[in-house]
Amino acid sequence: MSCSCNEFSRASLFRRSVAEAGRGLPAIEPGMPLPAGSGLDRRSFLARTAGLALAVYGAGKLPLGLFDEGIARAQSAGGPILVSVFLEGGADSLSMLFPAGNTRYHQLRPTLALQPNEGSPFSEDARLRWHPSLAPLAELHDEGKVTVLPAVGYTNADQSHFTSRHYWEVGATDAHLRTGWLGRYLDVAGAMDNPLQGLALSSSLHPALASANVPVACVSRIDEYDFWAAGVWGPVQQRMLDALGTFPPGSSAATRKAAEVTTQVARLRGQLLPFDGGNWGSPVPYPPGRNAFPARLAGLAAIIAAGLPLRCVSVNAPGMYDTHADQAGELTDSLALTANTLRAFQRDLEARGIADRVLVHVWSEFGRRGEENGSDGTDHGAAGIGLLIGSRVRGQMLGEFPGLETGLDNDGNLMATFDYRTLYCSLLEQWFATDAAQIIPNAAGFPRVPLLR
Amino acid sequence: MPVYRGAFGRKEAERLLWRAGFGPRPGEAARVARKGLKRAVDDLVYPPRVRMSGKAPTDEDGAPIAPRDAWGHDHLWWLDRMVRTNQPLVERMTLIWHDWFATSNEGVGSQKWMLTQNQTMRTNALGSFERLLLALTHDPAMLIWLNGNQNTRWDPNENYARELMELFTLGAGQGYTEDDVREQARALTGWRNDWREGLGDVNFRYDANRHDGGVKVIFGQSGRFTWIDACRLCLRHPAHARFFVRKLWSYFIPTPPPAATEAALRTLYRRSGYQIRPVVSAILRHPGLYTGPRMVKPPAVQVAGMLRARNRTVDTEVWSWVSELDGQRLFLPPNVAGWNEDRWLDTSTMRGRWTAANYVALPYALDTDQWRGKLSLDPSKLVDSALSFWGTPTIAPESRQALTTFAATALGDADQSWERAEYPVLIVNALRLLIAVSPDYVTC
Repeated sequence: MSCSCNEFSRASLFRRSVAEAGRGLPAIEPGMPLPAGSGLDRRSFLARTAGLALAVYGAGKLPLGLFDEGIARAQSAGGPILVSVFLEGGADSLSMLFPAGNTRYHQLRPTLALQPNEGSPFSEDARLRWHPSLAPLAELHDEGKVTVLPAVGYTNADQSHFTSRHYWEVGATDAHLRTGWLGRYLDVAGAMDNPLQGLALSSSLHPALASANVPVACVSRIDEYDFWAAGVWGPVQQRMLDALGTFPPGSSAATRKAAEVTTQVARLRGQLLPFDGGNWGSPVPYPPGRNAFPARLAGLAAIIAAGLPLRCVSVNAPGMYDTHADQAGELTDSLALTANTLRAFQRDLEARGIADRVLVHVWSEFGRRGEENGSDGTDHGAAGIGLLIGSRVRGQMLGEFPGLETGLDNDGNLMATFDYRTLYCSLLEQWFATDAAQIIPNAAGFPRVPLLR
Repeated sequence: MPVYRGAFGRKEAERLLWRAGFGPRPGEAARVARKGLKRAVDDLVYPPRVRMSGKAPTDEDGAPIAPRDAWGHDHLWWLDRMVRTNQPLVERMTLIWHDWFATSNEGVGSQKWMLTQNQTMRTNALGSFERLLLALTHDPAMLIWLNGNQNTRWDPNENYARELMELFTLGAGQGYTEDDVREQARALTGWRNDWREGLGDVNFRYDANRHDGGVKVIFGQSGRFTWIDACRLCLRHPAHARFFVRKLWSYFIPTPPPAATEAALRTLYRRSGYQIRPVVSAILRHPGLYTGPRMVKPPAVQVAGMLRARNRTVDTEVWSWVSELDGQRLFLPPNVAGWNEDRWLDTSTMRGRWTAANYVALPYALDTDQWRGKLSLDPSKLVDSALSFWGTPTIAPESRQALTTFAATALGDADQSWERAEYPVLIVNALRLLIAVSPDYVTC
C-alpha cells in the first residue's frame, strides 16, 4: 500500500525548509552554502570524484571527511556483487514452472492448474513450462542467463514460514544461529568502515545480512536518504550529521546497537549524499507504477555503475507469495512485476557494461503443497524454485524436477533434488572466492557444483 | 516472586512509564516517583475509567480524522489514543496483543474490521487470555487474515491452526506435530462470512454445516473437537504457560526471566485461570525491570512519547507515512509473527526515527529572526535547553559530552558576528534531533 501524500507533503515541507533556511541570508552573507546535498546530482558527484566539484562547498570549513572516504572507496571498488531477491511467503514453484498437461497435476489442482498451452516451454525439461508472467525470465533463460533450480530445499522441510526462512537466511538448519550467511561472509571478507558492503533495500534490515562484526546498512530508497532538520542549515547541519557518528556505546546491548547504527547512518549518509533526488540516468525503461521494487533496482544499478563499494544486496520481490487463497490473480501480477523488473535490471547492467559483476539469486522459504486447498489457494509445502540470473551464470539446471508421480513426500509436498547449502557453498567459493568452510556450518558435507561460465 | 526494593526515583519512574506505557508527560516522572513502586504499578494495572485528555485528532486543516475510511487514519486514530489516554498500560497491552496476534490490513483489506479487532484486544487487554484467544479465533479480521473463513470440512485450510500453536500459544515445534496442525484445522472448521459488492466481507458467523463433526486426534487426545476445544487444548497444553510467561516477559524486560521467577509466574498464571493482569503486575514490580539492561523503544511508542513530552496531540497526517519509515506502521505488521523486536534499529529505521522527531519538533523550531543573539554561547547551556524540550530525559554523562562537543564545535565555526548571533539557534534545533536519536533516548 502506498500513498502519494507521502511524497507530496515531504517534498513540500522540504521546499519550505529550504526557503526558511535561505530567508534573509543573501542580504547578510552572499554565497552561503545551500543545505548539504540539496544541489548535488549524479553528474556533480561524478565530477567531484575527479576533484572538479569541490567548489560546491568552496573554501568553507565543512568537514568533507566522510564524503571523501566514500569517494575513495568507490574508486577502488569493482568486485563481484550478489543480489538476493526474496519471494516472501513461500512461492508456488508448481505455478512458476509448471508440469504442463500432466494428469496428476490436473488431479491435484482442478481449479489452479495452468493450461498446457499457457506460458512458454522450458527448454531444459520438456515436461515443464514457464508461467505466462515469467516470459521476461524465459527470454533471459533462452540467452543462457538464468540457472534454474526446479526443486531446491532441504530434507525434512520445516513448514513454518519463520523457521524455514530462518534456515535459508542463516545458511543452516539451525534455529539458534543469530547471524545471516551473507553477514558471516562479510564478517570474513568485509571492512569495518563500509556499511554499504551489505545493503538491504528495504524499510528494515534483512536477517541474511546480519553480521557479527562488520557494519551493514539498510535503506528503503537510495534517493531518499536525507536527514532534514527544521531550522538547521549550513555548517551547523554538517556538524550535526557528523555528530551522529559520535555517540558513546553506553552500557547495554541496546545502547551499543543504537550507537553503532547512528555511526553507520553518518557514514552512509555521506556515501549516498550524491544520489539524493534519484536521477539515475537508467539506459533502459523499468516497469512504471508505485511499487518500490523497480525504483530500488534502478537505483541499485546506478550506484553500482557509480562505483559504490557494494558486495551483498538484499531486496524483497513485490507481492505476497503466501497464497492460501485466491492464488492465481495474486501470482500473475506479482510474478509479472518481479520478472519484468529483473529483466530491466539485467538489461540496465548490460547497457552500462557492468553485467559481469552482478549475480542475482531469487529464492523463497519453501514451495507449496502439490494439492490445492479448496480456497483457490495452496498450503505450505517443501521444496521450491530457485533462480540464478546474470551474464556469468552457466544457465544449466541444477537438480531436476522430481515429478508429481514419485516426487511428492508423505505430506504431498515436492521433495528437494538440490540442497540450498550446496548452492550457498558454491556461490561463496566461485562467486566470492571465499572458502565456504568459514561461513557455512558443515560446509564439507555439501558437494560443489559449477555455477559460472 | 521477587519484588524490586531499591530506590524508586525519577529515573526508575521514567523507565516504568516508557516500558508500561508511552513515556512521561512533562513532570509526570517526578509525580510517579513520589507514589512509590507499589502505587505506581497499581495505578497502571488498575487504571481509572478511561478518559482522553486534550484535543481530538485532526488533519492539518483541523478536520476530524476518518479512521475507518481514509488511508492512514487508522494509524492516526490509535496513535492518538496512545498519546491522550489515561490508561497507558491498557493501550500498551493492546499494542502487545497486536504484535502477538499480528494481523495485517495488507491481507484483511478493511480498516473497519482491523479497528474492531483492535477494540477486542483493548477490551481484553489485562483480562483473561482464554477470553482473548477465543474472541480472536473468530474475530473477522483474523478469520480473513489466516483464512479461517475458508476452512471447511470439505477443504480444511491449515493457516490458522498452525499459527494458533506456533505463534499464539505454544511456540515453534513445542510439543505438536504436523498431524496436530491438520487435526486442529479440522476442529477449527465452521466459520464463514458473505461478500457483498461495495461492502466487502460481512455477516461473519458459525455454520455448523461447514464444521467437521468427526473425531480428531490432537496432542494424543481424541474427541469430536470444535473451535473452542482447539483453543482450550492449546491453553491446557503443558508447553503453553511457559510460552505465555516468557513471551509476555520479553515485551517488558530484555533478558529472559530467571528460572525460579519463570516458574513462579507460570504458577501465578495457571492458578489465576489464565489471567493476564497478575502476571503483568508481577513483571512490572520485578527487580529485573529496574536493574536490568535498557531496551529499544518500539517506534510507535517513541513517537507517541515524543508527542506526550510536548503535550502535543495528533494534528497532522504525517505520522501515517512516517511510521512506514520508522518501522512500525500500526495495523500493518510485517507478517503474522509481528514485528521483530531484535531488529528495531538499522540505518533505514533510524532515519525514520529522525524524521519522526523532526516532525514532532517542526512547529517549535526556533526561528533565527526571533532568537538571533538571545541564546547562550555556552555549549552546555544549549544542551540543557534542548534536553528540556523533551522534558529533560535521563541521559548518560558520556552522551551529554558528545552533545556538548557538537555544540562547541559548531559554535567554533562561527567567525562572523551574524554567525555568532544565529548559530546558537541552529545548534539548539539540531540538538533536539540529536537527543531524539541518541542511544539514551531510543532506549529506556
